[in-house]
Amino acid sequence: MTKAFADKVVIELTVNGEPVEARVPAGQHVVDFLRQDLGLTGAHASCEHGVCGACTIRVDGSSVRGCLMLAAQLDGSDVWTIEGLSDKEAIRDLQEAFIARNALQCGFCTPGMLVAAEELLAQGGVPERATIREHLSGNYCRCTGYEAIVDAVETVAQQRAGQVQV
Amino acid sequence: MKASAGGYARANNLSHAIELLALSDGMGRVLAGGQSLIAAMNMRLSTGDMLVDISRVSGLSGVIDEGETLRIGALTKHVEIGAHPLIRAHAPLLADAVSFIAHAAIRNRGTIGGALAHADPAAEFPACMLALGATLHIHGPDGERSAAAEDFFEDLFETSIKEDEILTAITVPKAEADERQVLQEVARRSGDYALVGLCLVARSSGHRISLLSVASTPILARNAMTQLDQGNVDGAVAALRAEIDPPSDTQASASYRRHIAGILLRRAVAQEKGDFA
Ligand SMILES: Cc1cc2nc3c(=O)[nH]c(=O)nc-3n(C[C@H](O)[C@H](O)[C@H](O)COP(=O)(O)OP(=O)(O)OC[C@H]3O[C@@H](n4cnc5c(N)ncnc54)[C@H](O)[C@@H]3O)c2cc1C
Repeated sequence: MTKAFADKVVIELTVNGEPVEARVPAGQHVVDFLRQDLGLTGAHASCEHGVCGACTIRVDGSSVRGCLMLAAQLDGSDVWTIEGLSDKEAIRDLQEAFIARNALQCGFCTPGMLVAAEELLAQGGVPERATIREHLSGNYCRCTGYEAIVDAVETVAQQRAGQVQV
Repeated sequence: MKASAGGYARANNLSHAIELLALSDGMGRVLAGGQSLIAAMNMRLSTGDMLVDISRVSGLSGVIDEGETLRIGALTKHVEIGAHPLIRAHAPLLADAVSFIAHAAIRNRGTIGGALAHADPAAEFPACMLALGATLHIHGPDGERSAAAEDFFEDLFETSIKEDEILTAITVPKAEADERQVLQEVARRSGDYALVGLCLVARSSGHRISLLSVASTPILARNAMTQLDQGNVDGAVAALRAEIDPPSDTQASASYRRHIAGILLRRAVAQEKGDFA
């Protein structure tokens, strides 16, 4: 077979603000790369076909499924995981609202849920509850029944819009 | 399960991508948004692929106003289609379709070209192409050719794209001033593939009705179109239920799908008429 295709691909990227260089197998997806090669275990590998949302991370400013992108495709990308977002205190208000509202129990879905919710919140304004539900429809939670999660996201939207006291 | 890829190559431009496909000994596989392909690889439904990653190829994304038509690059992402002012103004069916497709994170990477090449009969964009009467533009070693949407979808997950070809763009006619375009579907949960879906386009030359999830490809409901042209909604519903032969599966029975199809047509007609008022 031709050398045009590589089994291992060299990538240079930034992860949570730090430069990273790696050599990754052609078929490895982003969540396995983050978890196994970089030790960033916040994003979870679960269904591995895009349905559950537990692997949702931020790549070049957008939420993506970590299981549906290859590590080889990350060359030149800017990746943020829950670890980096937490350290940077970028979503501290959202994390506090999740705790205050009991918007998590086992916590398995939470890293993906937070990244997905933050993408909606970053659009500004106070979304309708139906819009919040719709935006989070690709993130499964098997503990909370979603109501508390929607409460937490709505509260943060109101706080950021200056409608309620923090 | 874990994916097994045969190899990976990032295409720098369109001719490089076509060259890579030619070098792949028939194992080449175009990687666009990866939102269907990587899922299939993870489930080992597709193994040993020589991946030709076109996601960074420039010039294959975006929307151009060509006067009578819109030209949509194959790499234009679902999220971009949903928000694009030219699409919203001149092909609103496509913008409306986006809200039914998957979830935000998937729409951030999935591409319209990928959705059309994948040709899932339950997907929205293929049925939209039939309803709009779109033309697909395909590049191969011998240059460009084009295919009408009605000739493009050949079978379950099969299109007229050959092994050595790449879908590069789609052109859709711009809606007339009083044209109406409506998409109706039933899915159990938001973002799920539809149990049945229906596109209705009402333009001066007549009605066009296409369906998703009722056959191995998206289909046009020609008898229902004729009835609707004659202003006979009941006749169109009856004709529609008679002319489709939907499958029974774990999601829905054939008779349920046939029933829903008729209801979706009534809803679409009501929505289309409502928009006129
Ligand atoms: C959980 C989930 C839910 C979904 N729900 C829906 C839904 O409700 N409705 C819906 O329509 N879709 C749905 N999708 C699929 C989604 O829309 C995909 O984005 C789309 O089907 C494929 O586009 P892609 O760009 O990701 O293509 P890829 O996954 O990269 O490719 C798909 C196939 O098309 C080929 N291909 C891609 N681009 C080209 C090209 N330019 N030329 C030639 N061949 C090409 C590839 O080789 C591959 O065989 C869902 C996906 C997931 C994971």
